[in-house]
Amino acid sequence: MNKIKCECGHVNPEGTVLCEACGKPIEGNQHIDGNDKKLLLNMRYEGSARRSQTYRKSIIDKVWSFFSSVKVGVWLIVIALVASMIGTLFPQQQFIPQNAESRDPAVYYEAQFGIIGKIYYELGFHEMYSSWWYLLLLGLIGVSLVICSLDRFIPLYKALKIQKPKRHETFLNRQRLYSETEAVSETEIEQVKERLRKQRYKITEQNGHILAEKGRFSRWGPYVNHIGLIIILLAAILRSTPIMFTDEYVWVREGETTVIPGTKGEYYIENKKFYVDYHNPEDERFKDAIEQSGMVESNFQTDAVIYKDTNTGLPGAESELEKILEYPIRMNQPAKFDGYTLYQSGYQPNEFSSMTFKIHETDDEDATAVDSFTVDLFEPESEYILDNGFRIEMEQYYPDYYLDDDGEPASETNFPRNPAFVFLVYPPESSSPEVSFIGIGRNVDATGENEYKIGIQDFETHFVSGLTLRVDRTLIFFGLGAAIFMIGVIQGMYWQHRRVWIHPKNNGLLLAAHTNKNWFGLSKDIEKAIEKTNIKMVEDRQELDK
Amino acid sequence: MDLVNLSSNLLFVAFILYLIATLFFGATIRDKRSKRNGKEIAGKIGITITIIGFLAQLGYFITRWMASGHAPLGNMFEFVTFLGMAMVLAFIIIYFMYRLSFLGLFALPLAMIMIAYASMFPSELAPLVPTLNSNWLYIHVSTVAVGQGILFISFVAGLMYLIKQIDQRKRTKKNTWLELVLYSIFLFIGFIVSSTIFSIMDYEATFEYQDGTQILETEYRLPPIAAPNNGELLTDGVREPWFEAPAWMQGADAGRKFNTVIWSVITGTIIYGLTVLTLRKRVGAALQPLLRGVKADLLDEIMYRSVAIGFPIFTLGGLVFAAIWAQIAWGRFWGWDPKEVWALITWFFYAAFLHLRLSRGWHGEKSGWLAVIGFGIILFNLIVVNLILAGLHSYA
Ligand code: HEM
Repeated sequence: MNKIKCECGHVNPEGTVLCEACGKPIEGNQHIDGNDKKLLLNMRYEGSARRSQTYRKSIIDKVWSFFSSVKVGVWLIVIALVASMIGTLFPQQQFIPQNAESRDPAVYYEAQFGIIGKIYYELGFHEMYSSWWYLLLLGLIGVSLVICSLDRFIPLYKALKIQKPKRHETFLNRQRLYSETEAVSETEIEQVKERLRKQRYKITEQNGHILAEKGRFSRWGPYVNHIGLIIILLAAILRSTPIMFTDEYVWVREGETTVIPGTKGEYYIENKKFYVDYHNPEDERFKDAIEQSGMVESNFQTDAVIYKDTNTGLPGAESELEKILEYPIRMNQPAKFDGYTLYQSGYQPNEFSSMTFKIHETDDEDATAVDSFTVDLFEPESEYILDNGFRIEMEQYYPDYYLDDDGEPASETNFPRNPAFVFLVYPPESSSPEVSFIGIGRNVDATGENEYKIGIQDFETHFVSGLTLRVDRTLIFFGLGAAIFMIGVIQGMYWQHRRVWIHPKNNGLLLAAHTNKNWFGLSKDIEKAIEKTNIKMVEDRQELDK
Repeated sequence: MDLVNLSSNLLFVAFILYLIATLFFGATIRDKRSKRNGKEIAGKIGITITIIGFLAQLGYFITRWMASGHAPLGNMFEFVTFLGMAMVLAFIIIYFMYRLSFLGLFALPLAMIMIAYASMFPSELAPLVPTLNSNWLYIHVSTVAVGQGILFISFVAGLMYLIKQIDQRKRTKKNTWLELVLYSIFLFIGFIVSSTIFSIMDYEATFEYQDGTQILETEYRLPPIAAPNNGELLTDGVREPWFEAPAWMQGADAGRKFNTVIWSVITGTIIYGLTVLTLRKRVGAALQPLLRGVKADLLDEIMYRSVAIGFPIFTLGGLVFAAIWAQIAWGRFWGWDPKEVWALITWFFYAAFLHLRLSRGWHGEKSGWLAVIGFGIILFNLIVVNLILAGLHSYA
C-alpha cells in the first residue's frame, strides 16, 4: 500500500484526500472529492480514504464500490417502492375475500380483474411480499446499507479521532466560514476561548493553534439510523417465515365454542355474546351529523372466553377445556393470551340459528296451527314426532339455499344464511307422506294435493363474530429497529457537529469554521464569541448550486 | 353561547388575526425607506398577533374537544383545520429561530388557505366510529400534523427561494413550472370561492345513480356540470348537467367529487387570469421584487433545517406511531393500505432529499424544487388519497 506522509509528519493511508491530522490537501487525490474544481474543500468525510474511492481494480473492489454508492442505494429503494405500489393494486392472495366465487388464485384474479388480473397473477404479484425477488430486493438494500456505512464510518471515525488542533493554512482558507485578522491581542483570544467554552465547545490547543469542537457524536447519527433500518429489514425477512408469524381467521357464532386455528388445536374460543352498538341518534351533539350520514356504530364487541385444552398430549384424546381468560374483545382492545392475540375483525349479522314451523290445513284461510316444531339449524334432527300425532321427516336441508347452474337446489355454504328444507309430513295415522318444500319466501307443494301446509312461524337469529388470530414474534425486532432509527435520526438532525479553528499568523490570526448542518447557528456562536474584539467576523462563502 | 358556537367563533377569530398579522409582516417589506427599527416593530407586532391567533385556534380545538367528548381529529374538517394550526405553530417556531418576517408573509396566507379549505367540509360534530376510538389516534394524528406543518415551512422557504432566484426576464421552462406551482394554489382558492358562493346561495341538487347493484343518492352543493355516471337528476328547477362523469370513475360520490374538481379549476383559472391581467405579468414575476431584501442562502438554510426538524417528527408520527396503532387496532402494523403506502412514499422522498443534499450536493434551487414536490406529495396524500383512493383511513 502506498501510504502518504504529509509534511506535518502524519502518515495517511492510500486514497486520503485531506491529511487526517492537519487537513492539508494531498496532491494528486483532489479529484476524488471534487476539490480540484472548487475553492471550498469537500468536508463530508473529512477527506478520509474510503475503500470505494481508492481501489477499483478487482471484482471485489467493483462490487464494493457498486454497493457503497448512494446512487445505487437510492435506485434500489425506488425499485422496491414501485414494486410495493404495484402489489397494492389488487388484493394479495391471503386477502382474497371469503365470499369470492372461487378463492383459487388461478381463477380469482382473471375472473375479477380480467386480463390485467391474469398478468398480475402470472407474474406472481399476488403473493409479492413473500416472493424471492422481493426479499432479494430488501436484502440488496440491506447489503448496500451495510457496505455504504462501513465504507465511510471507519475512515471517518479515524479521521475525527486523529485530527489535530494545528491545521494547515490551506485547510483554513478553503473553509466556507473564514476570516483573517491582522492584529489580535492575547486577551482577546482568551476571551474567545472563554466564550466558546461557555457555549459548550470543547477546546484543544497546540502551540497557540486552537480547535473548538462540539456535537461530534451527531456525526454518527446516520450510521445509527442505518443500523436501525438494517434491523427492520432483517425483521421483515424473518416475518415471512411461519415460525415467527401466524395469521388466522375464525368465525364463531354466539353461544358456540370452537377451536382457534393456528394454535395447534390447543386453544378454544367461546362467543358468549356479540354486540354492535350505535351512537344515539338523539344525542344533541351528534344529531345533525347522524341525520346526514345515517347511524354510526360506536362499538363492536365479542364477549369471549378462551379455553386451553389440557389434554392434547394423546392423539384422539377427549379434550379437557380449562378456562384461561374471559375478555370483551373490541376494536382497539384485542385479547392476549400465551403469546397469541385475538382481534375483533368482522361480523355477520342475522344468521339463522333456529326456525319454528307450524302445520295447518291447506284450505284454512286463517292458517290456524294444528301443530308446530322447531328445527335447530346447526343440529337438525332427521325426524320430529309431534304432540298431535304428526311425524315430520327431514328429507333435505340446504343451509344456504340457491339454484346451481343446472337449476338444481344446492347449498352455497354451510352457514344457515338462507335455509330451505324438503319435509315429508306424515299426518296422524297415515303412512303416506306429503312432500313440502319450504324456505324464506318459498313454499312449494310439489303435487298440489297436500292436505296440510307448513309455514314459518318464528325464527331466531344470532351474530357471527369474525376474529383474527395473530402471533408476531418479529414485533420486538421491528420495535427495536424503529427505536434505533429514531435515535439515530434525532442524533443526526437535532444536534450538529460544529468546529472552529484558530490559526495564529504573525500578529493576527486566521479563523475558520465548519459544521455539517445549521450554518446559521454556527455563525451565531462565532458572533457571540468574538463580540467586542478586533477579530473579524467570518464570511460565508457558500457556493450555492443552482 | 354554547361550546360549539364558541368554538367556531374562536376559529373565525384566529383566521382574522392571521390575516391582520400577514398585513404587518407585509409592512416589513413595504416601506423600504423606513428605518430598520420600524421594520423590526412591524415584525414584532406581526408575530405577537400570530401567537394570539394561534391561541385562539387552540381555544377552538379545546372547546370543540369539550363539546364532542373526543379530540377533534376525526374527519376531514377537523384534521385539515388542525393541520393549518400545526402550520402556524411551525411558522412560530421557525420564526424564533431565524427571525425572518418575510416568511410570515408567505406562510400565513398559505396556512389560511388550508384552514379555509377545511371549512368547506361538513363541520358538524360527528360521533367517533369504533376504529378511531383509541388514544393512539390522537398521538398519531397530532404528531403527523406537526411534522407536516414543519415540512410545510420547508415548502414555503423553497418556494420563496425559487420565486427569488428564478430568472423572470423572459419566459423559460423553469419559470413556467414555477408559475404552474403558483397556479395550483389558485385552484384551492377556486375551490374555496365557488363552494362559498353556492353555499351562501343554499344551492342543492340531488342525483340518483347506480353503483354496482345499489341505487344511491348524492347531493350536489355546486351546480352540476358533470352528472354521476348513469345518474338521474331528481331536483326540479335546476340546470341540467352538461355531461356525465366517465364510467371508470368509481366509488361513492365519484361524480360529485369530479364536479367539484371542475368547478375548482374553472373558478381558480378565472381568478388566476384576472390576477395576471391586473398585474400584467406572471405571478412569480410580480412576487419576485418583494423578496429582494431576503438572502437566498438564508432561505436555503431554513428550507433544509425545516426538513431536518420535520423529518424525524413525521417519521415518528406517520410511520412509528401509525404502526403501533395499526398493530393494536387491526393486529397488523403494516398493511399496504393506500394511505400507509403514501406515508411511506413521503418518508422515502424526504430521505432521498436528505441523501441528495448530503451526498450529491443538491443545494439551493434543486433542493427548492424537491421541497415543493415533497409538500405536493403530502397534499396528495391528504386530498387525493383521502377523498378518492379510499382505504381504511378514508375520512370523507
Ligand atoms: C440503500 C440504502 C442507503 C444508503 C446506501 C444510504 C447511505 C447514506 C449515506 C452515505 C449517508 C450520509 C452519511 C454521512 O454523510 O455521514 C446517509 C445519511 C442518511 N440516511 Fe441513508 N442510506 C440508505 C438508505 C436510507 C433510508 C432507507 C433511510 C430512511 C428512510 C435513510 C436515512 C438517512 C438519513 C436520515 C441520513 C442523514 C441525512 C442527513 O444527515 O442529512 N437512509 N445515508
